[in-house]
Amino acid sequence: MLSGQQLLQIKHLTTSFRIGDHYYPAVDDLSLTVRENEVVAIVGESGCGKSALALSIMKLHQQENTKIEGNILYNGNNLVSLSVDEMNKYRGKEIGMIFQDPLTALNPLMRVGQQIEEGMKNHLNLSKEEMKQRSINLLAKVGIPNPERTYYQYPHELSGGMRQRVVIATAIACEPKLLIADEPTTALDVTIQAQILDLLRDMQKEMKTGIILITHDLGVVAEMADKVAVMYAGQIVELADVQTLFTNPLHPYTRSLFNSLPSADHAQDRLHVIQGMVPSLKNLPRHGCRFAERIPWIDSSAHEELPVLREVEKDHFVRCTCWQHFDFPEEAEVKNHAVT
Amino acid sequence: MLKYTIKRILAMIPQLFILSILVFLLTKAMPGDPLSQAFRANPNLDPAVLAELQEKAGFNDPWYVQYVNWIKGLLQGDLGISYIHKVEITKLLGDRFVNTIWLGLATLILTYLIAIPLGLIAGRYQNSWADKMIVGYNYVSYAVPLFVFALLMLFIFGFRLDLFPTSGSVNPQVEPGTWDYFLSRIHHLILPALTGALLSTVGTIQYLRNEIIDTKHKDFVKTARAKGTSEKNVYNRHILRNSLLPIAAFLGSDIVGILGGSIFIEQIFGYPGIGQLFITSISQRDYNVVIILVMLSGFLALLGTLLSDIILSIIDPRIRIEN
Repeated sequence: MLSGQQLLQIKHLTTSFRIGDHYYPAVDDLSLTVRENEVVAIVGESGCGKSALALSIMKLHQQENTKIEGNILYNGNNLVSLSVDEMNKYRGKEIGMIFQDPLTALNPLMRVGQQIEEGMKNHLNLSKEEMKQRSINLLAKVGIPNPERTYYQYPHELSGGMRQRVVIATAIACEPKLLIADEPTTALDVTIQAQILDLLRDMQKEMKTGIILITHDLGVVAEMADKVAVMYAGQIVELADVQTLFTNPLHPYTRSLFNSLPSADHAQDRLHVIQGMVPSLKNLPRHGCRFAERIPWIDSSAHEELPVLREVEKDHFVRCTCWQHFDFPEEAEVKNHAVT
Repeated sequence: MLKYTIKRILAMIPQLFILSILVFLLTKAMPGDPLSQAFRANPNLDPAVLAELQEKAGFNDPWYVQYVNWIKGLLQGDLGISYIHKVEITKLLGDRFVNTIWLGLATLILTYLIAIPLGLIAGRYQNSWADKMIVGYNYVSYAVPLFVFALLMLFIFGFRLDLFPTSGSVNPQVEPGTWDYFLSRIHHLILPALTGALLSTVGTIQYLRNEIIDTKHKDFVKTARAKGTSEKNVYNRHILRNSLLPIAAFLGSDIVGILGGSIFIEQIFGYPGIGQLFITSISQRDYNVVIILVMLSGFLALLGTLLSDIILSIIDPRIRIEN
C-alpha cells in the first residue's frame, strides 16, 4: 500500500489567522506525506484545524487575514510560494476538492452540467461536445441514474445525496491525482453516507488517486483510510497506519476519541465524553502538552515541556510522553484498589 | 412562462379596478371641487351660479353615481376633461407623459450605469481606498437634499459652463422627427437625468456591495476557486449573478419612482412633465387629472412588479415558474 510515489509533502506548515492585530496559528508546524494511491485520514474534533489544513493546501483561505508558512510540496513544487494564477493550474487539475455541505457547495444559478464543465474549461482543451459527453459519463460514473437529464438540471432539483455525487463529479472532472475530501459525508444521512463512501472508494481504486480525507467519524476512517493522522489543537498528536491505530492507540486524545464511541455490545447508561472542549484559537496553550488541560487527573510531570512527535514503534508516531502515564479515571481507580 | 405572464396581466384588471374606486373616493374626499376653487379665486362671481354649475356637473350626485359615470367614460377611452386647463386629459397628458417617461428611463439607466460598477468595485475590494470613497459618496448623495444639488448642477453646468440647456425638453426651433430633434431631446435630458441618477444610486450601490461581500464567502465560490477558475471568472460567473438578485427585485419600485421621483427635478429644470402637472392639479382640485395620474402610477407599480418577477425568474431557476 505504501509503496507509491510521494505525491504531497507538507513540511512544517503553519497557517495563522488574524484576530485583531495578531496572527494565531490554527495549524502549527505540521508535517505530513501523502503518496500516490494512498488514503490519509485526518481525524479530530471540530476546531482542531483539519479544515484549515485542507484549505491551506488549496490556498483557499482569505488572503488578507491568513499567513501560511512552511512548505507544501506537490511533486516537488512548492505551492505556498505560488501566485493565484499559478495556483489555478493546480486547483482542479492536479488537486481536486470535495466540500462538506452539498447544499451550499454548488452554485444555485448554474446548471449541473456547466458546473462540471467549468473545471474542464479551465484545464483541458476540449470541444463543447466532448465536454458534454465527458460530463454525462462522469455523472453516470458517480451513480446518477439519469445523467442526460441531470446534466441540464439545477442543484435545487436534486436531493442532498445526488448533489454530493455532483460535487464529487466536479472534483474529479479533470482526473486530479490528489483529492481533498473535507468531511464529505457529514451533511448526509447515514444510508447515503455509506453510498458516498463506497463511491469514493471505488473511484480511488479505479483512478489510483491519493486522498486526504478529513473527518471526525472513526467509522469512516476504519472503512476508508490507509494512514491516519489524529489532530488536536493544530498539531498531529498521533500518526500511524490504520491497523496500528485501531489496535494500539496510544496518545490520550486518540484513546479518548475511541473511548467516547458508543458501543452496541454493552448497554452503557452514559456515553463517555472528553472533558472540556477544544480551546479557541486565541486561547490555545502554546507551551507544554496541549491536551493536558482535558486530562487534569494526570500529573503534570507526565507531560513534556516541548512535546514532539516521536516514533514509538515502526511508522507509529506519538506526541508528548504523557501517553505512557495515561489511564482513564475508572481504570486508575481499579489500579489503585489493586495496589492497596 | 408566457402563460404565467398572461395570467399576471389578467390579474391586474381587478387590482386596477379596486385601485380606481379607492383613488376616486380619496380624491372626492378632498374639500372643495374644481368649480369652487375657481370661484374662490374670483370673488365677483355669484355663489348661486356656482351651485347651479356644481349641480349641472354632477358634483352633488352620490359618489357611486359619479364613479359609474366616470368609469364608463374611462372604459371607452375617454379620460375626461381637465376643469382647469379646459382641454381633454388625453391631450393634456400626451407630450408631458412621454417627456416624463423619457426622463425617468434616462435616470434609471444612468443610475444603474453608475451604481452597478461602483457597487461591484466596493464589494470586491472591500475596505480598500476605492471602497471607502464609494461608501463616502453614498453618504453624501444620501444626505444632500435633491433641490440643493439640482440647483447647484443647474448653476454650474447650465449657467456657468453653459454646457446644457436650463429648461424645456427640446429646442422648439428644430423640426420634429429629424435626427437633430432627437439629439436636442437627449441634450435637454442629460442634465436633469444625471442629477437624479447621482442622488438615487445609494440603494443600489449599498445593496450590491453588501450582497457581493456576502456572496464571496459562500461555499460555491470556494468550489469554483477549487476548480482553478480565475478570479475574473469567479466574479463574473458566480458572484455577480448571485448578487444581482436583490437589485432585480427592486426594479419594480424603481419604475414607480420614475413618476414620483421626477417631480422636483421637473420643477427645477423647467422640464415639462407630469410631475409639475400633478402638483398644480392637486392644489386646484382638478379631480379628473389627479385620478388619472394616480391610476397611471398604480399601473406602473403593477407593471414594475411583474417586470421584476419576470427578470428574477430568468436569473434565478429556483423561482422559475413551472406551467
